[in-house]
Amino acid sequence: MCSLINLKNNKSKTKLKYNIQSKPKNVNVKSSNLKQQNQKQTNNTKTHFKGKGTIYKLPIVCDVETLRTLIRKKAARVVDVRRIEDYKKGHIPTAVSLPLANLLSNDSPEQIVKLLETLGIYDEMPVVVYDDTFGALAARVAWTFQYVGHENTSLLEMTYTNWKNLGLEIENRINKFPETTHSLKLNHSIYADATYVESIQNNPDKVLVDSRERLNFLSEHIPSAKNIPYTMLGNNNHILRSVDELKRFVENRGITQDSEIITYCGSVGTLSGLAFYALKLAGIKNIKLYSKSFKDWKALGKPKIEFKDANYWDLSAE
Amino acid sequence: MLKKNEELTKINHEQGSFVKPKENWGLEKETNNFANKVKLYRQGKLADDDFRRFRLQHGAYGSRLRPDYSMIRIKVPSGEMTPEQLEKIATLSEAFSIGSAHVSTRQNIQLHWVQLEDVSEVMRGLVEVGLTTREACGNTVRNVMCSHFAGVCPNEVFDATPYSTAIAKFLLRNPMSQNLPRKFKINFGCCNKHGLVRIADIGLVPDLRDGKKGFRIYLGGGLGAASFIGHLLEDFTSEEQLLSTCMATIRLFDRLGNRDNMARNRMRYLVNEIGWEKFQKMVLKERAIVAMTVSEFTKNLYQVNFDDSYVPLKKSTKFNNLPIVETNISTTSNGYDRWLHTNVVPQKQENYFTIFITLGAGDITSSQLRSLALLIRKFSSESVARNTPQQNFAIRYIYNNDLPAVYKKLMAIGLANPGALTITSAVGCSGTTSCNLAITNSHRLAKEVQRTLLELGFDVDNDLRNSTIKISGCPNSCGQHEIATIGFFGGAARIENSMAPVYTMLFGGNGYEDEGKLGKAIMRVPAKRVIDVIKKIVELYKNEKSSSETLDMWIDRIINNNGNGNIKNMDDIKTLLTPVTQLPPFEEDQELYQDYGNDIKFVAKTARGECAA
Ligand code: SF4
Repeated sequence: MCSLINLKNNKSKTKLKYNIQSKPKNVNVKSSNLKQQNQKQTNNTKTHFKGKGTIYKLPIVCDVETLRTLIRKKAARVVDVRRIEDYKKGHIPTAVSLPLANLLSNDSPEQIVKLLETLGIYDEMPVVVYDDTFGALAARVAWTFQYVGHENTSLLEMTYTNWKNLGLEIENRINKFPETTHSLKLNHSIYADATYVESIQNNPDKVLVDSRERLNFLSEHIPSAKNIPYTMLGNNNHILRSVDELKRFVENRGITQDSEIITYCGSVGTLSGLAFYALKLAGIKNIKLYSKSFKDWKALGKPKIEFKDANYWDLSAE
Repeated sequence: MLKKNEELTKINHEQGSFVKPKENWGLEKETNNFANKVKLYRQGKLADDDFRRFRLQHGAYGSRLRPDYSMIRIKVPSGEMTPEQLEKIATLSEAFSIGSAHVSTRQNIQLHWVQLEDVSEVMRGLVEVGLTTREACGNTVRNVMCSHFAGVCPNEVFDATPYSTAIAKFLLRNPMSQNLPRKFKINFGCCNKHGLVRIADIGLVPDLRDGKKGFRIYLGGGLGAASFIGHLLEDFTSEEQLLSTCMATIRLFDRLGNRDNMARNRMRYLVNEIGWEKFQKMVLKERAIVAMTVSEFTKNLYQVNFDDSYVPLKKSTKFNNLPIVETNISTTSNGYDRWLHTNVVPQKQENYFTIFITLGAGDITSSQLRSLALLIRKFSSESVARNTPQQNFAIRYIYNNDLPAVYKKLMAIGLANPGALTITSAVGCSGTTSCNLAITNSHRLAKEVQRTLLELGFDVDNDLRNSTIKISGCPNSCGQHEIATIGFFGGAARIENSMAPVYTMLFGGNGYEDEGKLGKAIMRVPAKRVIDVIKKIVELYKNEKSSSETLDMWIDRIINNNGNGNIKNMDDIKTLLTPVTQLPPFEEDQELYQDYGNDIKFVAKTARGECAA
């Protein structure tokens, strides 16, 4: 009935077998099934996904070949989170536009669900998000979708520029799809607010991760935070490094796989959104995003650690 | 005669490589080893001191008051870097450091504020491009330096680079250099002006006797809380004796050096205590023993690789005729002429030039490094950069006709500042930006000095051209203040209950081989008055100088109490500078009680130094 499709990375030539149904309506994936799938994906870098009806269960990061296949099969919604001007100049085929700013302007869960519906995204539909900002904006959008219950969301492995530079197909028409209905199932387990962050201080099993750049972190940060700058997470061609590398970074820091991690950054949770997915890829299961981040923390007048005994800013060459 | 880069490259392809063979200094297993040691240390299974020694042996210093961060010192033997290495460093800095790299006064590249847990990752990346941090710190033989002009200097008798590289290779990971009483420095020069041969434990200048290659070797020099100028070992040391002389010196130091008193354990103290003549005899005797006893196997680890495969370029007959140097350059001259005047020198190879990239106290961003790598590939026929003790980059073998294009490219990446070879290119150590021992922010001060002096057009003033300004954040001399025409080292002064950042100003030092001497301490200057005092000195000099006398010559005369006119000696100049350097009580001038880069009142804070470890 279900066939597990194994797509290796984009360079491999694994044959694809799909079992496609044209109508999305009859789809019903049991949650236990999904859960199982989750376990698999966090433990495996390869793109395992599952076709059930028209539904493909996406991994954390979607490689180029998988996305191209999904596009050909019209089996996923591609979401472009760059500015609308950039979208109009050209985008990945079938992509719809959802600039991050639009999403943030009102990010109440009800509003997000409404957005999903206008973009023609139904409950189990595979969604692939991309940006041109090393994955940070895409990550924030993907996290938001997952937070309101759209679990089947994935990040494109590369930025739009990388895609374009590879000479892959682009188009510039404005895509619109029929509105859908989408349910709202808040996933509290990936969300953190200031109160929660405060409550975990001094708990050795819960690790607070600051994903801003080193000098910002040194200047001030939330007490007990560890620094994993977003600059560590990707490389020229991929928004996130290989699982092995990410695992090593985490292990070097003495963070165990069963720790709970809360990520935050400067203001709206983009850099920390990317860290959220990097850590997920590294095999950490329990991660939360403090989406309002340090800006909120400071506005609330919460304590912070500052380091003023060195003039490290004067090392900058600009 | 070769006309163009392309032509040269073509010939190279046919005849072998013009680019020096790329040395591989790295060792993969050391990176894993480092990662494991950090884990053990974090788990409390490795004692503080043991870990510290290990960490330093592998090139990671503790950062200022934060031992959980490191300054990674990348060894760059002879200062030679390939474009690939520059690019890798750019990437590593972005990922794990602060997005910029820093050229040190000993031709190392330093990456600051790297989390201890990520040091092994940086090392891993470095190994990929053949670089190492091994023995960049600690009680080891540090980076072997070689003049950035070696091979192109019109006044050298031969290129010392292959020897420098061979010695560096021989000593790296060599058991004899792992646990010395203290760090050990070796500098190779090209001629009697470049290469800082007299402030190293061993300094070597290429020399020819009856057509035979060899060196003039200086021993026991070095800068620090107490500094010494190196002594000439013998008239001439043949190239066959190079290895045995170096080995003998290191062995003697290892055996006799003071291992107890950290403050007095550099070899220069040993030489000073024993007395030069006695030490000299000991070295010569030890050399004879080394020569007799050293095994063939060991000897074979020392290989001088010449690269004679390229077509020798025609030797230039007129070295100093850069087209533009002779015309009058002023601050209103166009940017290109000004740059040509202050950043470009002719090589001994006809039609080829070495250009200098002016950095601010050695700082360069990752994106600049990448653009520079592209520029080197495109325009330098040898396709490497050399970093300089003035904390700049030298790019050599630029063909005459390419100079305008190179300038244009540099403009586009913000690296076309003039003044690299002039007084404006102030040297500044890391100071309070990252160093545990620092008292003042020498790093920022050096940048401020550079900025102000460029604005004042000091770079185009030929009277000032040969003078230098060098600044250290404490008496330890990493900023080499003692070999500057005007040098400064940081300290603190207490007036009533307030502390102020101050610098001790020194006059008249230089690092040349022929007349090398240390600067003399003149007076203390509040940090925020350093720039004013430099301006005042230049003003006094302009009034006093005799016709063709340059600033360094004039300063020399003053410290030797040989002045004529109004300023005859040090006391006279001190009196005239005192109005600028006075430190009034806090209430009267609060700014003087703040250092650069801080908006709070100054406090001198230091932690245990690791230079000494
Ligand atoms: S001179 Fe002093 S302040 Fe400067 S780097 Fe050396 S030890 Fe640190």
